[in-house]
Amino acid sequence: MTEVEIVRFIYREARLLDEKRWDEWYELFTEDGHYWVPLTRDQPDAEFHTSLAYEDRLLLRLRIERLGRRPPSQHPESWSQHVLQAPEIESHDGEAWLTRTAFHYAEARGDEMQSYTGLVLHHLVEVDGKPRIRLKRVNLLNCEAALPSIQLFL
Amino acid sequence: MTGYRDDPARIGALVRDDAVHRDAYIDPGIFRIEMERVWARTWIYVGHVSQIPEPEDYLTADIATEPVLMIRQADGGVRAFRNRCAHKGAKLVADRSGNTGRFLRCPYHNWSYRADGSLAAIPLRQGYDGTGLECSEAVRGLRPVATSIYRGLVFARLSEDGPGFDEWFGGALSSIDYMADRSPEGEMEIAGGVLRYMHDSNWKFFVENLNDTMHPMAAHESSAGTAKELWADQPADAPKPMAIEQLVPFAGSYDFFDKMGVRVFENGHSWSGVHFSIHSAYAAVPEYEAAMVGAYGEARAKDILGTVRHNTVYYPSLTIKGAIQTIRVVRPIAVDKTLIESWSFRLKGAPDIFFKRNVTYNRLINSPMSVVGHDDQQCYRLLQEGLAAGGNEWVNLQRDYHPEERGAADLTVNGTSEISMRNQFRVWARLMSTP
Repeated sequence: MTEVEIVRFIYREARLLDEKRWDEWYELFTEDGHYWVPLTRDQPDAEFHTSLAYEDRLLLRLRIERLGRRPPSQHPESWSQHVLQAPEIESHDGEAWLTRTAFHYAEARGDEMQSYTGLVLHHLVEVDGKPRIRLKRVNLLNCEAALPSIQLFL
Repeated sequence: MTGYRDDPARIGALVRDDAVHRDAYIDPGIFRIEMERVWARTWIYVGHVSQIPEPEDYLTADIATEPVLMIRQADGGVRAFRNRCAHKGAKLVADRSGNTGRFLRCPYHNWSYRADGSLAAIPLRQGYDGTGLECSEAVRGLRPVATSIYRGLVFARLSEDGPGFDEWFGGALSSIDYMADRSPEGEMEIAGGVLRYMHDSNWKFFVENLNDTMHPMAAHESSAGTAKELWADQPADAPKPMAIEQLVPFAGSYDFFDKMGVRVFENGHSWSGVHFSIHSAYAAVPEYEAAMVGAYGEARAKDILGTVRHNTVYYPSLTIKGAIQTIRVVRPIAVDKTLIESWSFRLKGAPDIFFKRNVTYNRLINSPMSVVGHDDQQCYRLLQEGLAAGGNEWVNLQRDYHPEERGAADLTVNGTSEISMRNQFRVWARLMSTP
Protein backbone atom coordinates (compact mmCIF):
# COMPACT_ATOMS: atom_id res chain seq x y z
CA MET A 1 0.00 0.00 0.00
CA THR A 2 1.14 3.51 -0.69
CA GLU A 3 0.98 6.51 1.60
CA VAL A 4 -1.68 8.00 -0.65
CA GLU A 5 -3.85 4.88 -0.28
CA ILE A 6 -3.48 4.94 3.50
CA VAL A 7 -4.41 8.60 3.75
CA ARG A 8 -7.41 8.14 1.44
CA PHE A 9 -8.52 5.21 3.58
CA ILE A 10 -8.53 7.30 6.75
CA TYR A 11 -10.57 10.07 5.15
CA ARG A 12 -12.99 7.50 3.77
CA GLU A 13 -13.37 5.86 7.16
CA ALA A 14 -14.52 9.14 8.71
CA ARG A 15 -16.83 9.85 5.80
CA LEU A 16 -18.55 6.47 6.12
CA LEU A 17 -19.29 7.28 9.78
CA ASP A 18 -20.69 10.73 9.06
CA GLU A 19 -22.88 9.30 6.28
CA LYS A 20 -24.07 6.54 8.65
CA ARG A 21 -22.82 3.85 6.29
CA TRP A 22 -22.05 1.74 9.34
CA ASP A 23 -22.22 -1.65 7.63
CA GLU A 24 -19.50 -0.58 5.22
CA TRP A 25 -17.53 0.95 8.09
CA TYR A 26 -17.75 -2.30 10.05
CA GLU A 27 -16.17 -4.16 7.14
CA LEU A 28 -13.06 -1.95 7.43
CA PHE A 29 -12.08 -3.81 10.63
CA THR A 30 -10.04 -7.01 10.63
CA GLU A 31 -11.62 -10.06 12.27
CA ASP A 32 -9.66 -9.25 15.45
CA GLY A 33 -10.09 -5.48 15.06
CA HIS A 34 -10.98 -3.14 17.94
CA TYR A 35 -12.35 0.35 18.38
CA TRP A 36 -10.96 1.88 21.56
CA VAL A 37 -11.62 5.14 23.38
CA PRO A 38 -9.38 5.14 26.50
CA LEU A 39 -10.53 6.74 29.73
CA THR A 40 -7.17 8.18 30.74
CA ARG A 41 -4.18 9.73 29.05
CA ASP A 42 -1.58 7.16 27.91
CA GLN A 43 -3.79 4.32 29.14
CA PRO A 44 -1.74 1.18 28.45
CA ASP A 45 -4.43 -1.43 28.67
CA ALA A 46 -8.15 -1.93 28.06
CA GLU A 47 -8.77 -5.23 29.83
CA PHE A 48 -7.77 -4.25 33.36
CA HIS A 49 -8.64 -0.59 33.21
CA THR A 50 -12.00 0.90 32.38
CA SER A 51 -12.36 2.64 29.03
CA LEU A 52 -15.03 4.87 27.56
CA ALA A 53 -15.34 2.24 24.84
CA TYR A 54 -13.43 -0.89 23.85
CA GLU A 55 -15.29 -2.84 21.24
CA ASP A 56 -14.52 -5.89 19.16
CA ARG A 57 -16.52 -6.74 16.06
CA LEU A 58 -19.29 -8.33 18.12
CA LEU A 59 -19.83 -5.18 20.17
CA LEU A 60 -19.55 -2.95 17.11
CA ARG A 61 -22.17 -5.08 15.40
CA LEU A 62 -24.39 -4.68 18.48
CA ARG A 63 -23.95 -0.91 18.44
CA ILE A 64 -24.74 -0.70 14.73
CA GLU A 65 -27.81 -2.96 14.95
CA ARG A 66 -29.10 -1.00 17.93
CA LEU A 67 -28.75 2.33 16.15
CA GLY A 68 -30.66 0.81 13.24
CA ARG A 69 -33.61 0.19 15.57
CA ARG A 70 -33.96 3.89 16.46
CA PRO A 71 -33.68 3.25 20.23
CA PRO A 72 -35.18 5.71 22.77
CA SER A 73 -31.98 7.76 22.91
CA GLN A 74 -32.12 8.31 19.14
CA HIS A 75 -35.19 10.53 19.35
CA PRO A 76 -34.17 13.01 18.15
CA GLU A 77 -31.55 11.39 15.97
CA SER A 78 -27.82 12.13 16.34
CA TRP A 79 -25.53 13.21 13.49
CA SER A 80 -21.77 13.46 13.43
CA GLN A 81 -19.13 15.39 11.55
CA HIS A 82 -15.44 14.54 11.61
CA VAL A 83 -12.95 17.18 10.56
CA LEU A 84 -9.54 15.60 10.07
CA GLN A 85 -6.12 17.11 9.88
CA ALA A 86 -3.84 15.49 7.28
CA PRO A 87 -2.96 11.99 8.56
CA GLU A 88 0.70 11.31 9.28
CA ILE A 89 2.32 7.91 9.00
CA GLU A 90 4.12 7.35 12.28
CA SER A 91 5.66 4.01 11.45
CA HIS A 92 5.54 1.24 8.89
CA ASP A 93 6.70 -2.14 10.04
CA GLY A 94 6.30 -4.97 7.54
CA GLU A 95 2.56 -5.34 7.06
CA ALA A 96 1.52 -2.85 9.77
CA TRP A 97 1.13 0.90 9.56
CA LEU A 98 0.58 3.24 12.46
CA THR A 99 -0.96 6.58 11.57
CA ARG A 100 -1.78 9.63 13.64
CA THR A 101 -4.52 12.05 12.74
CA ALA A 102 -5.67 15.08 14.72
CA PHE A 103 -9.42 15.44 14.57
CA HIS A 104 -12.32 17.57 15.53
CA TYR A 105 -15.59 15.73 16.07
CA ALA A 106 -19.03 17.22 16.49
CA GLU A 107 -22.18 15.32 17.42
CA ALA A 108 -25.49 17.10 16.98
CA ARG A 109 -28.86 16.02 18.32
CA GLY A 110 -31.95 18.19 18.31
CA ASP A 111 -31.02 21.65 19.57
CA GLU A 112 -27.74 20.51 21.10
CA MET A 113 -24.26 19.99 19.72
CA GLN A 114 -21.23 18.54 21.47
CA SER A 115 -17.74 19.11 20.28
CA TYR A 116 -14.59 17.05 20.89
CA THR A 117 -11.05 17.02 19.70
CA GLY A 118 -8.08 14.71 20.03
CA LEU A 119 -5.88 12.28 18.16
CA VAL A 120 -6.91 9.15 16.38
CA LEU A 121 -4.30 6.42 16.00
CA HIS A 122 -4.98 3.83 13.31
CA HIS A 123 -3.17 0.51 13.38
CA LEU A 124 -3.67 -0.68 9.83
CA VAL A 125 -2.79 -3.92 8.09
CA GLU A 126 -3.13 -5.04 4.50
CA VAL A 127 -5.80 -7.65 3.80
CA ASP A 128 -6.32 -8.74 0.17
CA GLY A 129 -4.39 -5.70 -0.98
CA LYS A 130 -6.50 -3.23 0.99
CA PRO A 131 -5.99 -1.41 4.29
CA ARG A 132 -7.93 -2.80 7.22
CA ILE A 133 -8.17 -1.55 10.82
CA ARG A 134 -6.65 -3.70 13.52
CA LEU A 135 -7.07 -0.96 16.10
CA LYS A 136 -8.65 2.46 15.98
CA ARG A 137 -7.62 4.24 19.16
CA VAL A 138 -9.24 7.60 19.84
CA ASN A 139 -7.38 9.72 22.38
CA LEU A 140 -9.93 12.32 23.44
CA LEU A 141 -8.37 15.52 24.72
CA ASN A 142 -10.89 15.65 27.56
CA CYS A 143 -11.13 11.90 28.20
CA GLU A 144 -11.11 12.46 31.98
CA ALA A 145 -13.93 15.00 32.00
CA ALA A 146 -17.45 14.27 33.15
CA LEU A 147 -19.09 13.63 29.80
CA PRO A 148 -22.66 13.51 28.56
CA SER A 149 -23.88 10.68 26.31
CA ILE A 150 -21.72 10.33 23.21
CA GLN A 151 -23.89 8.21 20.97
CA LEU A 152 -22.16 7.83 17.61
CA PHE A 153 -18.62 6.83 16.63
CA LEU A 154 -15.67 9.16 17.23
CA MET B 1 -43.54 26.47 42.61
CA THR B 2 -41.22 27.71 45.35
CA GLY B 3 -41.84 28.97 48.90
CA TYR B 4 -41.46 25.55 50.50
CA ARG B 5 -38.62 26.40 52.85
CA ASP B 6 -40.70 27.74 55.74
CA ASP B 7 -43.67 25.49 55.23
CA PRO B 8 -42.89 21.93 56.45
CA ALA B 9 -46.48 20.81 56.11
CA ARG B 10 -46.48 21.81 52.48
CA ILE B 11 -43.30 19.84 51.81
CA GLY B 12 -44.71 16.84 53.64
CA ALA B 13 -47.79 17.02 51.43
CA LEU B 14 -45.62 16.44 48.34
CA VAL B 15 -45.46 12.76 49.24
CA ARG B 16 -48.52 10.53 49.34
CA ASP B 17 -48.50 6.85 50.22
CA ASP B 18 -48.49 5.89 46.55
CA ALA B 19 -47.51 9.03 44.64
CA VAL B 20 -45.16 12.00 44.72
CA HIS B 21 -45.72 15.55 43.52
CA ARG B 22 -43.76 16.58 40.43
CA ASP B 23 -42.18 19.52 42.29
CA ALA B 24 -39.97 17.00 44.10
CA TYR B 25 -38.04 16.60 40.83
CA ILE B 26 -38.31 19.93 39.07
CA ASP B 27 -38.43 22.72 41.68
CA PRO B 28 -35.04 24.43 42.22
CA GLY B 29 -36.12 25.51 45.73
CA ILE B 30 -36.84 21.91 46.66
CA PHE B 31 -33.38 20.96 45.40
CA ARG B 32 -31.72 23.51 47.71
CA ILE B 33 -33.73 22.21 50.67
CA GLU B 34 -32.80 18.64 49.75
CA MET B 35 -29.11 19.52 49.92
CA GLU B 36 -29.56 20.95 53.42
CA ARG B 37 -32.03 18.49 54.93
CA VAL B 38 -31.38 15.20 53.11
CA TRP B 39 -27.80 15.39 51.82
CA ALA B 40 -26.13 17.35 54.63
CA ARG B 41 -27.82 15.47 57.46
CA THR B 42 -27.21 11.90 56.33
CA TRP B 43 -24.16 9.77 55.56
CA ILE B 44 -22.79 10.45 52.10
CA TYR B 45 -20.14 8.36 50.37
CA VAL B 46 -16.83 10.19 49.92
CA GLY B 47 -14.35 7.56 48.72
CA HIS B 48 -12.37 4.49 49.71
CA VAL B 49 -9.35 4.34 52.00
CA SER B 50 -7.33 2.58 49.25
CA GLN B 51 -7.40 5.86 47.30
CA ILE B 52 -5.41 7.64 50.02
CA PRO B 53 -2.89 5.01 51.17
CA GLU B 54 -0.10 7.32 52.43
CA PRO B 55 -0.09 10.06 55.08
CA GLU B 56 -1.22 13.43 53.64
CA ASP B 57 -2.83 11.77 50.60
CA TYR B 58 -6.12 13.44 49.85
CA LEU B 59 -9.25 12.92 47.79
CA THR B 60 -11.90 15.53 47.06
CA ALA B 61 -15.62 15.22 46.47
CA ASP B 62 -18.62 17.50 46.31
CA ILE B 63 -21.15 16.54 48.95
CA ALA B 64 -24.51 18.29 48.98
CA THR B 65 -22.88 20.63 46.41
CA GLU B 66 -20.21 21.61 48.98
CA PRO B 67 -16.51 20.93 48.31
CA VAL B 68 -15.06 18.42 50.78
CA LEU B 69 -11.67 16.73 51.05
CA MET B 70 -10.56 13.73 53.05
CA ILE B 71 -6.95 13.37 54.15
CA ARG B 72 -4.99 10.38 55.43
CA GLN B 73 -3.48 11.22 58.82
CA ALA B 74 -0.01 10.35 60.08
CA ASP B 75 -1.58 7.84 62.51
CA GLY B 76 -3.34 6.04 59.64
CA GLY B 77 -6.75 7.54 60.36
CA VAL B 78 -8.85 9.52 57.92
CA ARG B 79 -10.30 12.97 58.48
CA ALA B 80 -12.56 15.06 56.28
CA PHE B 81 -12.91 18.83 56.01
CA ARG B 82 -14.70 21.48 54.03
CA ASN B 83 -12.36 22.19 51.10
CA ARG B 84 -12.19 25.91 51.87
CA CYS B 85 -9.45 28.17 53.17
CA ALA B 86 -10.37 29.63 56.56
CA HIS B 87 -9.15 33.05 55.38
CA LYS B 88 -10.88 34.28 52.22
CA GLY B 89 -12.59 31.02 51.33
CA ALA B 90 -10.66 29.79 48.29
CA LYS B 91 -10.98 26.11 47.57
CA LEU B 92 -7.75 24.73 49.01
CA VAL B 93 -7.08 21.85 46.64
CA ALA B 94 -8.26 21.91 43.06
CA ASP B 95 -7.11 18.46 41.93
CA ARG B 96 -9.37 15.47 42.46
CA SER B 97 -6.64 13.68 44.42
CA GLY B 98 -3.02 14.08 45.42
CA ASN B 99 -0.74 14.59 48.40
CA THR B 100 -0.74 17.77 50.44
CA GLY B 101 2.90 17.59 51.43
CA ARG B 102 3.83 18.65 54.95
CA PHE B 103 1.41 21.55 54.85
CA LEU B 104 -1.75 22.21 52.97
CA ARG B 105 -1.13 25.67 51.60
CA CYS B 106 -3.71 27.99 50.12
CA PRO B 107 -2.44 29.17 46.72
CA TYR B 108 -3.91 32.66 47.19
CA HIS B 109 -2.23 34.05 50.37
CA ASN B 110 -0.20 31.07 51.65
CA TRP B 111 -2.25 30.40 54.77
CA SER B 112 -1.19 26.86 55.60
CA TYR B 113 -2.74 23.98 57.49
CA ARG B 114 -1.67 20.67 58.98
CA ALA B 115 -3.26 17.39 57.86
CA ASP B 116 -5.42 17.53 61.01
CA GLY B 117 -6.94 20.78 59.74
CA SER B 118 -5.30 23.07 62.27
CA LEU B 119 -3.88 26.39 61.13
CA ALA B 120 -0.07 26.12 60.91
CA ALA B 121 1.04 29.51 59.63
CA ILE B 122 -0.08 32.88 58.30
CA PRO B 123 2.40 35.09 56.39
CA LEU B 124 3.26 38.39 58.11
CA ARG B 125 1.34 37.31 61.18
CA GLN B 126 2.13 40.49 63.12
CA GLY B 127 -0.43 42.22 60.91
CA TYR B 128 -3.06 40.57 63.09
CA ASP B 129 -1.54 41.68 66.41
CA GLY B 130 -4.21 43.21 68.56
CA THR B 131 -7.00 42.46 66.06
CA GLY B 132 -8.57 39.65 68.07
CA LEU B 133 -7.69 37.01 65.49
CA GLU B 134 -7.67 34.42 68.29
CA CYS B 135 -11.45 34.87 68.59
CA SER B 136 -12.14 34.64 64.85
CA GLU B 137 -13.61 31.82 62.79
CA ALA B 138 -10.47 31.89 60.66
CA VAL B 139 -8.03 30.91 63.41
CA ARG B 140 -9.88 27.67 64.01
CA GLY B 141 -8.58 26.26 60.72
CA LEU B 142 -10.41 23.87 58.46
CA ARG B 143 -13.97 22.95 59.33
CA PRO B 144 -14.12 19.23 60.12
CA VAL B 145 -16.80 16.94 58.80
CA ALA B 146 -17.91 13.82 60.67
CA THR B 147 -16.71 10.61 59.03
CA SER B 148 -17.42 6.95 59.43
CA ILE B 149 -15.54 4.12 57.72
CA TYR B 150 -17.14 0.79 56.90
CA ARG B 151 -14.99 -1.90 55.23
CA GLY B 152 -12.79 0.90 53.89
CA LEU B 153 -15.69 2.94 52.47
CA VAL B 154 -15.58 6.46 53.89
CA PHE B 155 -18.84 8.28 54.52
CA ALA B 156 -19.26 11.85 55.73
CA ARG B 157 -22.08 13.78 57.37
CA LEU B 158 -21.82 17.54 56.87
CA SER B 159 -24.33 18.52 59.53
CA GLU B 160 -23.37 18.30 63.17
CA ASP B 161 -26.82 16.94 63.88
CA GLY B 162 -28.16 13.81 62.30
CA PRO B 163 -28.49 10.09 62.75
CA GLY B 164 -25.52 7.94 63.72
CA PHE B 165 -23.93 5.83 60.99
CA ASP B 166 -25.24 2.43 62.14
CA GLU B 167 -28.60 3.92 62.98
CA TRP B 168 -28.86 5.35 59.46
CA PHE B 169 -27.85 2.28 57.44
CA GLY B 170 -28.88 -0.53 59.79
CA GLY B 171 -29.32 -3.97 58.22
CA ALA B 172 -28.65 -2.67 54.71
CA LEU B 173 -24.90 -2.67 55.45
CA SER B 174 -24.73 -6.40 54.74
CA SER B 175 -24.42 -5.71 51.00
CA ILE B 176 -21.06 -4.02 51.61
CA ASP B 177 -19.93 -7.02 53.65
CA TYR B 178 -21.01 -9.43 50.92
CA MET B 179 -19.06 -7.38 48.37
CA ALA B 180 -15.84 -7.14 50.44
CA ASP B 181 -16.06 -10.76 51.55
CA ARG B 182 -15.87 -11.87 47.92
CA SER B 183 -12.16 -11.25 48.45
CA PRO B 184 -10.58 -14.32 50.10
CA GLU B 185 -8.68 -11.74 52.19
CA GLY B 186 -11.80 -9.73 52.96
CA GLU B 187 -10.32 -6.59 51.41
CA MET B 188 -10.89 -4.52 48.30
CA GLU B 189 -9.11 -1.65 46.60
CA ILE B 190 -10.27 0.93 44.09
CA ALA B 191 -8.62 0.36 40.70
CA GLY B 192 -9.10 0.77 36.97
CA GLY B 193 -10.23 4.40 36.79
CA VAL B 194 -13.52 6.20 37.25
CA LEU B 195 -16.22 6.75 34.66
CA ARG B 196 -17.82 10.16 35.11
CA TYR B 197 -21.16 10.43 33.35
CA MET B 198 -22.99 13.75 33.41
CA HIS B 199 -26.76 13.43 33.54
CA ASP B 200 -29.03 16.33 32.67
CA SER B 201 -31.69 15.20 35.10
CA ASN B 202 -32.63 15.11 38.79
CA TRP B 203 -30.62 12.82 41.08
CA LYS B 204 -33.68 10.91 42.27
CA PHE B 205 -34.45 9.53 38.80
CA PHE B 206 -31.10 7.74 38.86
CA VAL B 207 -31.44 6.47 42.43
CA GLU B 208 -34.99 5.22 41.84
CA ASN B 209 -34.01 3.52 38.59
CA LEU B 210 -31.53 1.21 40.30
CA ASN B 211 -34.30 -0.93 41.72
CA ASP B 212 -36.83 -0.17 39.00
CA THR B 213 -37.11 -3.67 37.58
CA MET B 214 -39.91 -2.79 35.19
CA HIS B 215 -37.72 -0.72 32.86
CA PRO B 216 -35.03 -3.05 31.43
CA MET B 217 -37.33 -4.91 29.06
CA ALA B 218 -38.61 -1.60 27.71
CA ALA B 219 -35.70 0.84 27.84
CA HIS B 220 -32.97 -1.75 27.15
CA GLU B 221 -34.74 -3.81 24.52
CA SER B 222 -32.61 -2.20 21.82
CA SER B 223 -29.29 -3.08 23.48
CA ALA B 224 -29.86 -6.27 25.51
CA GLY B 225 -32.45 -7.54 23.04
CA THR B 226 -29.98 -7.06 20.18
CA ALA B 227 -27.23 -8.81 22.17
CA LYS B 228 -29.57 -11.74 22.73
CA GLU B 229 -30.37 -11.95 19.01
CA LEU B 230 -26.73 -11.69 17.97
CA TRP B 231 -25.93 -14.70 20.13
CA ALA B 232 -29.12 -16.66 19.39
CA ASP B 233 -27.61 -18.78 16.59
CA GLN B 234 -24.64 -19.94 18.65
CA PRO B 235 -24.59 -23.53 19.90
CA ALA B 236 -25.39 -23.88 23.59
CA ASP B 237 -21.84 -24.98 24.44
CA ALA B 238 -20.10 -22.15 22.54
CA PRO B 239 -17.87 -20.18 24.93
CA LYS B 240 -19.80 -17.04 25.78
CA PRO B 241 -17.97 -13.72 25.46
CA MET B 242 -18.04 -11.72 28.68
CA ALA B 243 -20.04 -8.96 26.99
CA ILE B 244 -22.80 -11.38 26.00
CA GLU B 245 -22.79 -12.94 29.46
CA GLN B 246 -23.30 -9.49 30.97
CA LEU B 247 -25.66 -7.80 28.50
CA VAL B 248 -28.15 -10.55 27.66
CA PRO B 249 -29.63 -10.87 31.20
CA PHE B 250 -30.88 -7.27 30.91
CA ALA B 251 -33.34 -8.71 28.40
CA GLY B 252 -34.81 -10.95 31.12
CA SER B 253 -38.58 -11.39 31.31
CA TYR B 254 -41.00 -9.61 33.63
CA ASP B 255 -41.29 -12.90 35.47
CA PHE B 256 -37.50 -13.04 35.97
CA PHE B 257 -37.33 -9.58 37.49
CA ASP B 258 -40.46 -10.15 39.57
CA LYS B 259 -39.13 -13.37 41.11
CA MET B 260 -35.79 -11.68 41.84
CA GLY B 261 -37.46 -9.96 44.80
CA VAL B 262 -36.78 -6.61 46.45
CA ARG B 263 -36.03 -5.88 50.09
CA VAL B 264 -36.46 -2.48 51.70
CA PHE B 265 -35.12 -1.08 54.96
CA GLU B 266 -36.07 2.02 56.87
CA ASN B 267 -34.32 5.27 55.86
CA GLY B 268 -34.72 4.61 52.14
CA HIS B 269 -32.25 1.76 51.64
CA SER B 270 -33.08 -1.24 49.49
CA TRP B 271 -31.75 -3.99 47.29
CA SER B 272 -33.25 -5.95 44.45
CA GLY B 273 -32.06 -9.42 43.54
CA VAL B 274 -32.92 -10.94 46.91
CA HIS B 275 -33.05 -14.48 45.54
CA PHE B 276 -31.01 -14.25 42.30
CA SER B 277 -30.16 -11.55 39.75
CA ILE B 278 -28.80 -10.72 36.33
CA HIS B 279 -25.37 -11.60 37.78
CA SER B 280 -26.27 -15.16 38.80
CA ALA B 281 -25.17 -17.02 35.67
CA TYR B 282 -21.56 -15.87 35.26
CA ALA B 283 -19.11 -18.68 34.57
CA ALA B 284 -17.75 -20.40 37.68
CA VAL B 285 -14.04 -20.15 38.59
CA PRO B 286 -13.23 -23.35 40.54
CA GLU B 287 -9.78 -22.28 41.83
CA TYR B 288 -11.35 -19.15 43.33
CA GLU B 289 -14.21 -21.04 44.91
CA ALA B 290 -11.68 -23.35 46.54
CA ALA B 291 -9.78 -20.34 47.89
CA MET B 292 -13.00 -18.92 49.28
CA VAL B 293 -13.84 -22.18 51.04
CA GLY B 294 -10.30 -22.17 52.45
CA ALA B 295 -10.73 -18.62 53.73
CA TYR B 296 -14.28 -18.71 55.08
CA GLY B 297 -15.26 -22.36 55.43
CA GLU B 298 -17.80 -24.22 53.31
CA ALA B 299 -21.00 -22.67 54.67
CA ARG B 300 -19.97 -19.00 54.72
CA ALA B 301 -18.23 -19.28 51.30
CA LYS B 302 -21.42 -20.72 49.83
CA ASP B 303 -23.43 -17.94 51.42
CA ILE B 304 -21.11 -15.23 50.04
CA LEU B 305 -20.95 -16.62 46.52
CA GLY B 306 -24.67 -17.36 46.46
CA THR B 307 -25.53 -13.77 47.34
CA VAL B 308 -25.74 -11.96 43.99
CA ARG B 309 -27.83 -8.92 44.75
CA HIS B 310 -28.69 -6.71 41.79
CA ASN B 311 -28.37 -3.13 43.14
CA THR B 312 -28.20 -1.97 46.72
CA VAL B 313 -29.11 1.66 47.35
CA TYR B 314 -27.47 3.32 50.34
CA TYR B 315 -29.80 6.28 50.36
CA PRO B 316 -29.18 8.84 49.06
CA SER B 317 -25.65 8.79 47.60
CA LEU B 318 -24.24 5.33 47.05
CA THR B 319 -25.42 2.42 44.97
CA ILE B 320 -23.44 -0.79 44.81
CA LYS B 321 -23.31 -4.02 42.86
CA GLY B 322 -21.62 -6.43 45.23
CA ALA B 323 -21.73 -9.39 42.85
CA ILE B 324 -19.57 -7.52 40.33
CA GLN B 325 -17.83 -5.06 42.73
CA THR B 326 -18.79 -1.82 41.02
CA ILE B 327 -20.24 1.18 42.76
CA ARG B 328 -22.09 4.16 41.35
CA VAL B 329 -21.88 7.36 43.33
CA VAL B 330 -24.48 10.11 43.01
CA ARG B 331 -23.26 13.74 43.05
CA PRO B 332 -26.18 16.15 42.64
CA ILE B 333 -25.22 19.46 41.02
CA ALA B 334 -28.54 21.17 40.31
CA VAL B 335 -32.21 20.25 40.19
CA ASP B 336 -31.69 18.99 36.63
CA LYS B 337 -27.99 18.06 36.71
CA THR B 338 -26.35 15.06 38.37
CA LEU B 339 -22.90 13.56 38.05
CA ILE B 340 -22.70 9.78 38.31
CA GLU B 341 -19.26 8.36 39.14
CA SER B 342 -18.73 4.65 38.50
CA TRP B 343 -15.81 3.03 40.32
CA SER B 344 -14.37 -0.49 40.27
CA PHE B 345 -13.07 -2.51 43.19
CA ARG B 346 -10.37 -5.12 42.85
CA LEU B 347 -10.85 -8.04 45.22
CA LYS B 348 -7.56 -8.73 46.97
CA GLY B 349 -6.45 -12.31 46.53
CA ALA B 350 -8.98 -13.10 43.78
CA PRO B 351 -8.00 -14.18 40.23
CA ASP B 352 -7.69 -11.46 37.57
CA ILE B 353 -10.84 -12.57 35.79
CA PHE B 354 -13.01 -10.93 38.46
CA PHE B 355 -11.44 -7.55 37.93
CA LYS B 356 -11.67 -8.01 34.17
CA ARG B 357 -15.39 -8.76 34.56
CA ASN B 358 -15.82 -5.71 36.72
CA VAL B 359 -14.02 -3.39 34.29
CA THR B 360 -15.91 -4.85 31.33
CA TYR B 361 -19.26 -4.45 33.06
CA ASN B 362 -18.50 -0.92 34.13
CA ARG B 363 -17.53 0.05 30.57
CA LEU B 364 -20.50 -1.69 28.95
CA ILE B 365 -23.11 -0.29 31.33
CA ASN B 366 -21.84 2.89 33.00
CA SER B 367 -19.77 4.71 30.37
CA PRO B 368 -21.00 7.90 28.68
CA MET B 369 -20.60 5.76 25.55
CA SER B 370 -22.67 2.84 26.88
CA VAL B 371 -25.55 1.62 24.72
CA VAL B 372 -27.36 0.72 27.95
CA GLY B 373 -26.62 4.04 29.65
CA HIS B 374 -27.80 6.06 26.65
CA ASP B 375 -31.34 4.81 26.96
CA ASP B 376 -31.47 5.24 30.75
CA GLN B 377 -30.18 8.78 30.37
CA GLN B 378 -32.75 9.49 27.69
CA CYS B 379 -35.56 8.25 29.94
CA TYR B 380 -34.40 10.44 32.85
CA ARG B 381 -34.27 13.42 30.52
CA LEU B 382 -37.77 12.66 29.26
CA LEU B 383 -38.95 12.56 32.88
CA GLN B 384 -37.32 15.92 33.56
CA GLU B 385 -38.96 17.47 30.50
CA GLY B 386 -42.28 15.64 30.79
CA LEU B 387 -42.87 16.75 34.38
CA ALA B 388 -42.93 20.35 33.21
CA ALA B 389 -46.44 19.44 32.05
CA GLY B 390 -49.22 20.49 34.40
CA GLY B 391 -52.71 19.08 34.55
CA ASN B 392 -51.57 16.06 36.55
CA GLU B 393 -49.33 17.06 39.46
CA TRP B 394 -48.62 13.49 40.58
CA VAL B 395 -46.05 10.86 39.70
CA ASN B 396 -47.63 7.47 40.22
CA LEU B 397 -45.74 4.94 42.39
CA GLN B 398 -48.64 2.60 43.00
CA ARG B 399 -47.44 -0.75 41.65
CA ASP B 400 -48.01 -3.42 44.32
CA TYR B 401 -48.81 -0.86 47.00
CA HIS B 402 -50.15 -2.31 50.24
CA PRO B 403 -50.96 -0.09 53.25
CA GLU B 404 -49.22 -2.59 55.60
CA GLU B 405 -45.84 -1.66 54.10
CA ARG B 406 -45.93 1.77 55.80
CA GLY B 407 -43.65 1.85 58.80
CA ALA B 408 -42.05 -1.54 58.06
CA ALA B 409 -38.37 -1.51 59.04
CA ASP B 410 -37.39 -4.50 56.89
CA LEU B 411 -39.65 -6.00 54.25
CA THR B 412 -39.12 -8.35 51.29
CA VAL B 413 -41.65 -8.37 48.44
CA ASN B 414 -41.92 -9.27 44.75
CA GLY B 415 -39.25 -7.71 42.54
CA THR B 416 -41.42 -5.58 40.28
CA SER B 417 -43.06 -3.71 43.15
CA GLU B 418 -42.40 0.04 43.25
CA ILE B 419 -41.94 -0.26 47.00
CA SER B 420 -38.30 0.87 46.93
CA MET B 421 -39.33 4.26 45.51
CA ARG B 422 -42.16 4.71 48.01
CA ASN B 423 -39.73 3.73 50.73
CA GLN B 424 -37.25 6.38 49.57
CA PHE B 425 -39.93 9.07 49.55
CA ARG B 426 -41.09 8.22 53.05
CA VAL B 427 -37.72 9.12 54.54
CA TRP B 428 -37.38 12.00 52.08
CA ALA B 429 -40.64 13.53 53.33
CA ARG B 430 -39.59 13.05 56.95
CA LEU B 431 -36.21 14.72 56.46
CA MET B 432 -37.49 17.44 54.17
CA SER B 433 -40.21 18.56 56.53
CA THR B 434 -37.77 18.86 59.46
CA PRO B 435 -36.51 22.48 59.51
